[in-house]
Amino acid sequence: MRGYLWKRSLFAVVTIFVALTVNFVLFRVLPGDAVTRVSRIPNASPALKHALEVEFGLDKSLWEQYVLYLQQLCRGNLGVSFTNRQPVLGNLLEAFGNTLPMVTVGTVIAIAVGVAVGVYAAVRRNTLGDHVSTGVAVAFYAFPTQFLGMMLLILFAGVLPSVGMSDPFAVAMSPSEQFADVVRHMTLPVLTLVLTLYAENALIVRSAMLETLGEDYILTARAKGLSRRRIIWRYALRNAALPTITQVALSLGAVVSGSILVEVIFSWPGIGRALYDAVLQRDYPMLQGGFLVITVTVVVLNYLADLLYFRLDPRVAQ
Amino acid sequence: MSEEITVTTRPDVERRRGVWGALRTAVATPPAIIGLIVIGLFLLVSVFSPLIKPYSTSVPSCEVFEPPSGRHWLGCDDGGVDMLSLVLQGGQVSMFVGFTAAVIAIAIGAIFGVLSGYFGGWVDTVLMRITDYFMVIPQIVLMIVVAAVWGPSLNHVIMVIGFLMWTSTARVVRAQVKSLRERVYVRRAVSIGASHTRIILTHIVPQLGPLLIANTVLAITLAIFNETALAFLGLSDPTAVTWGTIMEHAFERGAISTGAWWAIVPAGLCVAALIVGCYLVGNSIEDGLNPRLRSSYLSTKSWRMRPLVGRGGDAL
Repeated sequence: MRGYLWKRSLFAVVTIFVALTVNFVLFRVLPGDAVTRVSRIPNASPALKHALEVEFGLDKSLWEQYVLYLQQLCRGNLGVSFTNRQPVLGNLLEAFGNTLPMVTVGTVIAIAVGVAVGVYAAVRRNTLGDHVSTGVAVAFYAFPTQFLGMMLLILFAGVLPSVGMSDPFAVAMSPSEQFADVVRHMTLPVLTLVLTLYAENALIVRSAMLETLGEDYILTARAKGLSRRRIIWRYALRNAALPTITQVALSLGAVVSGSILVEVIFSWPGIGRALYDAVLQRDYPMLQGGFLVITVTVVVLNYLADLLYFRLDPRVAQ
Repeated sequence: MSEEITVTTRPDVERRRGVWGALRTAVATPPAIIGLIVIGLFLLVSVFSPLIKPYSTSVPSCEVFEPPSGRHWLGCDDGGVDMLSLVLQGGQVSMFVGFTAAVIAIAIGAIFGVLSGYFGGWVDTVLMRITDYFMVIPQIVLMIVVAAVWGPSLNHVIMVIGFLMWTSTARVVRAQVKSLRERVYVRRAVSIGASHTRIILTHIVPQLGPLLIANTVLAITLAIFNETALAFLGLSDPTAVTWGTIMEHAFERGAISTGAWWAIVPAGLCVAALIVGCYLVGNSIEDGLNPRLRSSYLSTKSWRMRPLVGRGGDAL
């Protein structure tokens, strides 16, 4: 048991370390001065350039640069953004704070809707209700995120705000008004995210439920005369939750890509948008930093899913 | 003689044996047939798209964002280029990207899966750690970084998608190979001194066929998704016409503020239709290979006391 937890922790740490290294290699070893030199900031003062060159040891060998890079990373120094000449870490933390509520709300709703639809479809297997709900889920699974987002933009143009996180012209609002404003701005991005993500969850839950409903203990439960509701929610769903958690944890990557597209479409000032802007501006330090922050977040969330799985099913440790 | 016998048995009831038999049974189910028809239609249209597209995709033939009409069935884009021609041409490129990337991904996944499942031991440990790493890392972000550093080009997009999407195949194939390796016929082959290469190629790989086909078809959906996502973020080849770049251009050049839905909808619906087709086929095969899905002990209607019926459609 201890061994399992140690193994997972070690894996998470190693994964993060590999991501740090990949991050270094991708940007430093490739040819092209603009890519390799973190000090190539447009319009930067000579003092700033010199400071960065000393910090990251740009005239030294690659190996020394790698060590320096790790040292600076421990101090939270990810370099300076090409575009606004502010430290990358500060930019990223601000963007991350904007992303978090939107993605969390969207993911939680998507999981809830997905479980409800999946259980319904599995229980009503091969009936009209199953065909319709599964068909709709497959359709939403098939639409690209950006397509759904743009359709919602056209449909709700003028009804709901479509750009940004808050009304830039509204001043002196009370906290409750401010909250309502953010909620209104969040509606369309969250809706897009839910529509893209719920479908996959529903299909995963449906097939996991179908597998558990075929187990003998369900037959036993029926023979004992347990109520239908109890069999579904207490007996079947509990075991179907295990493969579902694995799958949902692995689809975190889809959450990330979905949220990047959503943020670009709705100009949400989050980390996906920051990544997009960094690509457009060829702002390599921001790109590097964004990659690192998202990767570390996903690895940590996967690690937490592993722990949760272990809590629910201690057999995995064997 | 034997042909007569197979004709008289009812093909819809008979379950053919072995994985290839399961594949044939699965492909004959209604969802799979619909899916195959959709994929076939798209392939056919994309092959002949240079012949059937009504206008040029590089020269304007109508007004900017002209709505759909008799002359231009799907309207026009921001440069006055006929939308129908663009979608036809884009389909060809998008499907090429999707299919090639999927084949690369499945090939890598199959090699990883077979080697680690067959040899086990340290080979398994090393290959699976690598797989775990690629599985956890958010692929689209790595794709963005690599595509941004390499520069925009269709070949780069194909390679980036192909090299990052193989992980789930590797896992599934490994599990399958591990169980195949313990089968009696494989052990017999080992006992009479067959080489590793021979066992893998003649006894194991053929058994993986249907699984790989299902995975490839499902990988195509992901590859096309990722292509449209990368294109939307401006990382695909800006000169190539794909379904992804059509939507990106529409978004970048104000199709939404002018309400020109016809610049977005056709490409989006094509992506969705092709993906539904692939999903139906891939899923039918996967379900056909999974015997556990065939029985359910919970009837679909809420039950009351009634006489026990046989193994019909609404059996227990």
